Amino acid sequence: MRAEFTVNGTRHEIDVEPRRTLADALREDLGLTGTHLGCEHGVCGACTVLVDGGPVRACLMLAVQADGCSVSTVEGLAGDDGTLHPLQEAFCTHHGLQCGFCTPGMLMTAVDLLDREPAPDRERIREELSGNICRCTGYTGIVDAVEAAARELNP
Amino acid sequence: MKPAPFDYVRAGSVDEAVRTLAEAGGEGKVLAGGQSLMPVLALRMARPRVLVDVNRIPGLATITPVDGGVRLGALVRHARLATQQNHPLLAEAARWIGHTAIRTRGTTGGSIAHADPSAELPVVAAALGATVHIAGPGGQRSEVATDFFAGPLETTLAEDELVTAVEFPAAERWGFAEFSRRHGDFGLVLVAAAQVDGRWRLAIGGVGGVPVRPTEAEQLLNDGAGIDAVAAAAAAEVRPQDDIHASGDYRRAMTAEFVRRALAPHGKRAAA
Repeated sequence: MRAEFTVNGTRHEIDVEPRRTLADALREDLGLTGTHLGCEHGVCGACTVLVDGGPVRACLMLAVQADGCSVSTVEGLAGDDGTLHPLQEAFCTHHGLQCGFCTPGMLMTAVDLLDREPAPDRERIREELSGNICRCTGYTGIVDAVEAAARELNP
Repeated sequence: MKPAPFDYVRAGSVDEAVRTLAEAGGEGKVLAGGQSLMPVLALRMARPRVLVDVNRIPGLATITPVDGGVRLGALVRHARLATQQNHPLLAEAARWIGHTAIRTRGTTGGSIAHADPSAELPVVAAALGATVHIAGPGGQRSEVATDFFAGPLETTLAEDELVTAVEFPAAERWGFAEFSRRHGDFGLVLVAAAQVDGRWRLAIGGVGGVPVRPTEAEQLLNDGAGIDAVAAAAAAEVRPQDDIHASGDYRRAMTAEFVRRALAPHGKRAAA
């Protein structure tokens, strides 16, 4: 079945089985392996991407459902020249990652949060990131990073 | 895991959805937000032959004020429910549903049709005496939510029927309290309290196969009993079972406490 959607501003047309999840379509059909798959049933948050501006679990949406939608993934965060997004910079600076598996989902969740709330406090950051599981950091560095990025983006 | 293969039909109308479900002869499944169905498919706990995607059906995502209450189209997403201002109890309950990414997709109709007894909207529907509007091959029917919920994850919905809207009466006063171990988890115990047409109603989730209305506790509350007496009565009326998350005794104790919390803002007047 055909589906047409944009990813980070680029138009793609794919022909996939209906059961193909959006996450698998991004990774397998478009080669955008920045979106990670952890649990594949909506618990871990690693595959979080933005669809039409809202955060979704890419493992809980079919690729054919994204037909006509605009998808944003972690690959779209850095500038064309490789300049990291302020959130990515802050994750580096504040030890917001160790193995990096959860990072794309963390980043996309944080992008959405800072889009809606320019200056969330630590409690709010924790609340919003509670749907994303990290097994390395203990989360403190991630919360630090999002807090620092918020200040950078909205001084 | 990945879902098993299925045929996919993007329904363009309620009629088409119902017709497709009827043709599937019991092997069809409605796909709305997918936040419960997709995990079930991924874990292969269900293998429907046909998935009927209702997301693009026009007119099902409307929020309509009705007699002070609100009629929610089946496709109203939890994220929008959490920010609407027509019905504060629904807004509060919606904020407790999963995480932001779940609320982006999850729908009112899906939550009601899925009928998880630990989910927020079924509990609020039971507390308010909501009406579920259903389309089927024979036309429209509607049913009071407490009759619609038939058991854990079970409703009176036939294989070829579709929830199209849910009508929630207004609450003059209300309270909502939920206990979960981690933010975004299903509640171990959740309580919705609502005063509808001058009468308090209570519904408790997580303590039975369907949201439980503790009728004796409601009677005490409407007779002006103190909150502790109401909470104790509610706890005595539920029969939660032991499971991996909590013992039945613990859930019963939490029932008393969360009834207290749901009613706390109204303590003085309820006791007067």
